[in-house]
Amino acid sequence: MSKRFDLLTIYGIVFLVFLYAPVLLLPVFSVNDATVAIFPLKGFTLKAYGQMVNNPALLAALKNSLVVAVGVSVVSTAFGLLAAMGVTRYKLPGQGPVMSVIMLPLVVPSIILAVALLVLVRQVFDIPLTLWTVAAGHILICVPFSMMVLMSRLEGFDRSLEEASADLGESGWMTFWRVTFPIAMPGIVASLLMCFTISLDEYVLAFFLSGLDQTLPIFLYGQLRFPQRLPMTLALGTTILIVSTIIVIFSEILRRRGVQSTKPTGL
Amino acid sequence: MSDIAEPGGAAMREPSSPPAKPLRTRILQRFPWLRGYLLMSPTIAVMLAMLIVPVVALFVRSFWTQNVFEIDTTFTLRNYAYIFELSDRITYWFGIPFPLANPVYVILLVKSIAMSLAVTVVVILLAYPMAYFMAFRVKRHKMLWLILITIPIWTSYLLRVFAWKIMLGFNGVINSGLMNLGIIDKPLEFLLYNPIAVIITLAHAWVAFAILPIYVSLEKIDRSLLEAATDLGDKPWERFWHVTLPLSAPGTIATILLVFIPTVGDYVTPALVGGSGGSMIGNSIQLLFGRQNDAPLGSAVSVVMMATITAIVCLFLWLVDYRKIRARGMN
Repeated sequence: MSKRFDLLTIYGIVFLVFLYAPVLLLPVFSVNDATVAIFPLKGFTLKAYGQMVNNPALLAALKNSLVVAVGVSVVSTAFGLLAAMGVTRYKLPGQGPVMSVIMLPLVVPSIILAVALLVLVRQVFDIPLTLWTVAAGHILICVPFSMMVLMSRLEGFDRSLEEASADLGESGWMTFWRVTFPIAMPGIVASLLMCFTISLDEYVLAFFLSGLDQTLPIFLYGQLRFPQRLPMTLALGTTILIVSTIIVIFSEILRRRGVQSTKPTGL
Repeated sequence: MSDIAEPGGAAMREPSSPPAKPLRTRILQRFPWLRGYLLMSPTIAVMLAMLIVPVVALFVRSFWTQNVFEIDTTFTLRNYAYIFELSDRITYWFGIPFPLANPVYVILLVKSIAMSLAVTVVVILLAYPMAYFMAFRVKRHKMLWLILITIPIWTSYLLRVFAWKIMLGFNGVINSGLMNLGIIDKPLEFLLYNPIAVIITLAHAWVAFAILPIYVSLEKIDRSLLEAATDLGDKPWERFWHVTLPLSAPGTIATILLVFIPTVGDYVTPALVGGSGGSMIGNSIQLLFGRQNDAPLGSAVSVVMMATITAIVCLFLWLVDYRKIRARGMN
């Protein structure tokens, strides 16, 4: 083994430490028996988690976030699936520009999306800001992700299965439900989970588009101003972190399984 | 009106309907791609309604003006004139003269772009070796590495910024840790609430995101090309320079854009770790739409920001000759 091999491997490990270390501070300090996040650590306590589950405002925000995230993941995946089917099975003239428009929310700074939607909602249509408007904003950023996940799932799809189903006398709808849908299933579940996490964690659009009902990230951001509430904020952050990590691992395993290893899957 | 139109329409349709298939089916059979667009139409409609229409509304709004409580809808360039109004009074920012009457927006824009460029450079320098490592060195447990890189992308951005605030704070982890170890006596004040803190935090937040596109383009490289280069006498470093780097250019360029464009408009990171010195253009847009209640001026600042980003991106793609790179990648 050459010297370069060693250097690169060391770099890879150092990189992972750099990537994870700051975030891992949240769980460490959330169980530390102190009101400030400083070394040395004092003692172990779950007090902050107790405060967290007894905070009515937090629980209300959690409920709002869950409702929005479930709705957003279902709707975005439906739109993503339709678009992914359209792109993967037909040669579309003008596909490039259409795809660019759909993928645009991935690149445009979210503050631009947020203020543009805000202008439309408040000043053009004069709709009050509610969780519905938050959900609309989240759908906008989730559809491109959902479409990408589903495209990589549908690309290797053997169309002869659908043709066989049609030859055997199934209608278009039945072919979709009994052939296409089961094959796309892992991609659909991965997309649902991914959109759920994106919506659960999103702050900027939620901040601009929410009315009186807060979502969890807005609540969390509000807590950051109060130093005395740091332990509870750390506990909340840790909980969000653990839940979204589990969801992401699950959806990644689903997504990468079944895609041939010869074809590297990007985002 | 309809009395006249009805029979005419029926007469037109009559001769063509007997061959069994309705018009819709025949058109769809003649042009199969129309089915594709039919499938995509709900998604395209949503994107038009929620992306294109709002951006157009924002653009239109930037030509209106705010009068205390209501919005004056007469077309005017006053907002843009306000942003770029010249003045004899010269404001200096890092030695750069800005002869503007209201220099805050232009200076913040220039500052945001400079900070985003710094973030992009740091991110590429950190991410490229990692992507290289994953593409060429990791043989077993590749899935595990990929998932380890992917988790931070999807887990809360807000929490990562929060973590850095805890790290860098006056009473933060780094200061208390260093004092505990006896390396410093007093907390270091320069850690938090400045542009450097913003750059570090943004780089950390985006670096995981940057690895995947570079990794994909490295993974696609035909390994026999690398062997050929070695056989022709290239040393490892020359081989990297002549083969690997050019062939991974599409992924690297995509990454540069994926990091640069969104970070220019970021406002959460500057708000949490930037303090007054580290604020960026996103913060002033947020203020204009919020507390300052001047949506038209905020729209104009947003439009100027997007136009500047677009111009920089076009200039960059022209400079690196992106068309040629892409054509080479296709072969």
